[in-house]
Amino acid sequence: MLNNREELIAYRAAAEKDYAAQEKKIIVCAGTGCVAGGSLKIFERLKELIEAKGLPVELGLAEDPHSPGIGLKKSGCHGFCEMGPLVRLEPQGWLYTKVKVEDCEEIVEQTIEKGECVDRLAYKRDGEIYREQSEIPFYRQQTRMVLEHCGKIDADTIREYIAIGGYSALEKALFDMDADKIVAEVSDSGLRGRGGGGFPAGRKWEQVKRQKETPKYVVCNGDEGDPGAFMDRSIMEGDPHRMLEGMIIAGIACGASEGYIYVRAEYPLAVRRLKNAIAQAEELGLLGDNILGSDFSFHMHVNCGAGAFVCGEGSALTASIEGKRGFPRVKPPRTVEQGLFDKPTCLNNVETYANVPSIITNGSGWFRGFGSEKSPGTKAFALTGNIKNTGLIEVPMGTTLREIIFDIGGGMRGSGEFKAVQIGGPSGACLTKEHLDLPLDFDTLKKVGAMIGSGGLVVMDSNSCMVEVARFFMNFTQNESCGKCVPCREGTKRMLEILERIVAGEGQDGDIELLLELAETISATALCGLGKSASSPVVSTIKNFREEYEAHIYDKRCPAGACQKLKQIVIDPALCKGCSKCSRSCPVSAISGKIKEPFTIDLNKCIRCGSCIDTCVFKAIKEV
Amino acid sequence: MTAKLDLSAVYAILDKSGRKQQAIISILQEIQEVYHYLPQEVFPVLSEELGMSEARIFSIATFYENFSLEPKGRYVIKVCDGTACHVRKSIPILEKLRSELGLSEKKKTTDDLNFTVETVSCLGACGLAPVLTVNDVVHPEMTPDKVVALLKTLKEEIAHAE
Repeated sequence: MLNNREELIAYRAAAEKDYAAQEKKIIVCAGTGCVAGGSLKIFERLKELIEAKGLPVELGLAEDPHSPGIGLKKSGCHGFCEMGPLVRLEPQGWLYTKVKVEDCEEIVEQTIEKGECVDRLAYKRDGEIYREQSEIPFYRQQTRMVLEHCGKIDADTIREYIAIGGYSALEKALFDMDADKIVAEVSDSGLRGRGGGGFPAGRKWEQVKRQKETPKYVVCNGDEGDPGAFMDRSIMEGDPHRMLEGMIIAGIACGASEGYIYVRAEYPLAVRRLKNAIAQAEELGLLGDNILGSDFSFHMHVNCGAGAFVCGEGSALTASIEGKRGFPRVKPPRTVEQGLFDKPTCLNNVETYANVPSIITNGSGWFRGFGSEKSPGTKAFALTGNIKNTGLIEVPMGTTLREIIFDIGGGMRGSGEFKAVQIGGPSGACLTKEHLDLPLDFDTLKKVGAMIGSGGLVVMDSNSCMVEVARFFMNFTQNESCGKCVPCREGTKRMLEILERIVAGEGQDGDIELLLELAETISATALCGLGKSASSPVVSTIKNFREEYEAHIYDKRCPAGACQKLKQIVIDPALCKGCSKCSRSCPVSAISGKIKEPFTIDLNKCIRCGSCIDTCVFKAIKEV
Repeated sequence: MTAKLDLSAVYAILDKSGRKQQAIISILQEIQEVYHYLPQEVFPVLSEELGMSEARIFSIATFYENFSLEPKGRYVIKVCDGTACHVRKSIPILEKLRSELGLSEKKKTTDDLNFTVETVSCLGACGLAPVLTVNDVVHPEMTPDKVVALLKTLKEEIAHAE
């Protein structure tokens, strides 16, 4: 328990010393992606092997400067999910990719004992080898501020976070600043809400601070529901203390004494790490009553969502924390005036809070040194879809799509050509080739009818049908519509029906106009942000790919060859060897035949899923 | 279900929660963790203990996607159909699972209560797309063929347990 500022400083000095003494560090990625790839087994195996050699292993950061051991850590997401499981080696800064349990022995013998690089595990591209993580093109072109610790520190150890400067912003905010100064610093930094809207965080804090009603609340929106987005999850998993620190500082600024973190239930690891982080912070006296001996008290709670996308909307989120159905309500009153339990509430997204500690530590001027004038700082994006380097990236605001997709993302996966990128999830839009050189920031995107949203970037190639993509998002929104207001509940249903008809080859003349009319009505009349933006994917695909809609409606043809009902799959008898592999892979048993004779597909049974095409080694199955 | 349901776990959860109405969602979540669904017997108990109407509790249980009023299988398989998985072909995986287990969009759980197949909108493991989870363990880069192998392993596990 740290009772005052001096004790925190002394604790940090000791932790720094221990951290520096731990010369060799093995950092195993324990983000959701790498865990699925078996990274926890790799962690256990490494521990076993190092111990068997009689070398001292330190898990996390032990409080004993006299025995500098080999630090073995489980970190949050390193970001390069495509190449996982990832293992980082320090002091060299090497990154091993696609590591398997069988590789552990070599890692211990070569790298830990001899200090040599296992080149076979290093990242390679175009015949070149990149041993150091910072050299890899995927990382080299990023600016990691919010994610700076992700993949470098043990996400489960507060001592390690403090050793690299953690909670010094809180210390500064508590003892060297007052609420006005904190709000001014955040306002001057130009930090805008990273959850999608881009509302200036400083202005929001100022508004909450001004409210006379008490108690006030600080709420963190970790209900990252956009399909194809996982930035917030990675921050909560990889650097939970950073976000907590940001929230506590918001508490000081707004005069709040309680904080709530609302996390989706689909993120069990994030929930566990956050709860652990809160317990550690409480134990050290960085959360709780009279933090570090000051008169400021702050308590933190974690609430789990239960699978409702609409709860990402402010008023629905607070309703859910209150134990109600997640229905949005009419505004005003706004959340800053009457939010959680009808009290003044400061509601920001995970990434917004995670930006705060470095702004307080380094000042607003430093923060403005990144990004563009109206959108300073960086933005984390989840890069997914038909792209080579899937993963989590962070770039300065104003970076172009071309840099993200082709330099960092490594270009398209497979033979397909770049067609579009979906940004901003179900509320967002599709950007096309002509937008590749557009600087990504809040205002530029708004001008072209898109939005940064939470930061999901799903890259699509020439095999993706844009009408089907629009249908996919409409289906999502329709499923997630809470049903409170008519425009969204009924309107999205009608739009979905029309889109379903079109992709099934039953589109009619006038459908496009009807879709646009419905879209306009819904966005003008729906109650909340979910409804207002529900039609964006449809409007933007019609705008950019109208000819694809027309081909479906008038020619009953899917130009991308993706719409299942508009295609037929046939086996070329000249190429078929009768191996029966396709018939075994067929989910609906539509393929039959005699072994060593050409097989045939029953088109009445065929659902045109294409799995037989992928299975056939003789390339005898084609879509026509 | 003929045997009377043992509700002691429900009372234990209520005791721990402090019986606050505000905590209803987490109470329901914990109950579901024990029984793998929300048995109808718990609603009157919760109503009485928390002092809120059964209708209100029921409205919450039906609003949130994660709550199930029907028993779920021993293995709950969730196929991710988020954007990233969708563009990397998650639907053939779902179709394969359903056809192998004799399930459909309407019928989500097998009669022997061994398997439940559902879709989720995004698991946030987009880097490994397409993915599915079996009782929350992530299986990356799935294909229809891998589904067959996975089901075989799970069925063997069931046979072993019995």
